[in-house]
Amino acid sequence: MQVLINGESHQFDNDMTISALLQQSGLAGKRVAVEVNETIVPKSQHAETRVSEGDKIEIIHAIGGG
Amino acid sequence: MSNKDELVIAGKTYQSRLLVGSGKYKDLEETRLATEASEAEIITVAIRRTNIGQNANEPNLLDVVPPEKYTILPNTAGCFNAKDAVRTCQLARELLDGHNLVKLEVLADQKTLFPHILETLKATETLVAEGFDIMVYTNDDPIIAKQLEDMGCVAVMPLAAPIGSGLGIRNPYNILEIIENATVPIIVDAGVGTASDAAIAMELGCDGVLMNTAIAAAQDPVLMASAMKKGIQAGREAFLAGRMPKKRYASASSPIEGLIT
Repeated sequence: MQVLINGESHQFDNDMTISALLQQSGLAGKRVAVEVNETIVPKSQHAETRVSEGDKIEIIHAIGGG
Repeated sequence: MSNKDELVIAGKTYQSRLLVGSGKYKDLEETRLATEASEAEIITVAIRRTNIGQNANEPNLLDVVPPEKYTILPNTAGCFNAKDAVRTCQLARELLDGHNLVKLEVLADQKTLFPHILETLKATETLVAEGFDIMVYTNDDPIIAKQLEDMGCVAVMPLAAPIGSGLGIRNPYNILEIIENATVPIIVDAGVGTASDAAIAMELGCDGVLMNTAIAAAQDPVLMASAMKKGIQAGREAFLAGRMPKKRYASASSPIEGLIT
């Protein structure tokens, strides 16, 4: 399965949820927000939302800014 | 000063009238130290993509500026149209567990970073409808400032000078006009360079000052953060005290009577 995460193409062997994706990306438990195909996926739905082939996923966090 | 002189934004009360950004610091430790020295309670942050698969154990900004301790003010810096700004605010709200306070800035031009007023108005309309509390970055045009207030912004934040320029208040009479017309807090956002600039903004009657580069780009950011805190306090007290009128000629401080002649 191929998905686009933060503008970069990523290949995964198996079907997975947003929670699993965050886990694999080293972001489990971090303060991030997730958008799939320009729709926000609330934290409460990460565990049940499945990633599909071709999804455009954005994972954002807070950084220094003015 | 009396404890009653508080800043109220969107129903929340603050003791500090200095709002600071968290950008441009050497590292997160310097961010933490400067933020603490400023005694600011509202801290702006930017919303950006995470690095996937890299630096997984790197400390996060929100670990050194925790939302439990500070009011986090996510900005829309880098957005050049209403759509991107609205999307950024929605992501910020999700990131911060439903927190509605945002700093809306829609930029028009890379060179000046002046606000794109038409897109700012468009984004304001959408964000107000979606229940956001908007602190809006704008230019020093009193008509637009009032318009943004009328549309429902909880604070209006005119620039003093271009972002990161450190030029100080370029148009004090416009800022004064904006303050006199307003019923929401007016916060000078961007352009101050040093503590006297912050004091001048407060002496004009601003409700607060938001700054980032003036602290982060100082030779000693932590010391400058402390200087800014004092500049803000001095300017506020001078405003409340009411300055003496300016006169063209001298007026002796010592009495004329009883002179030895």
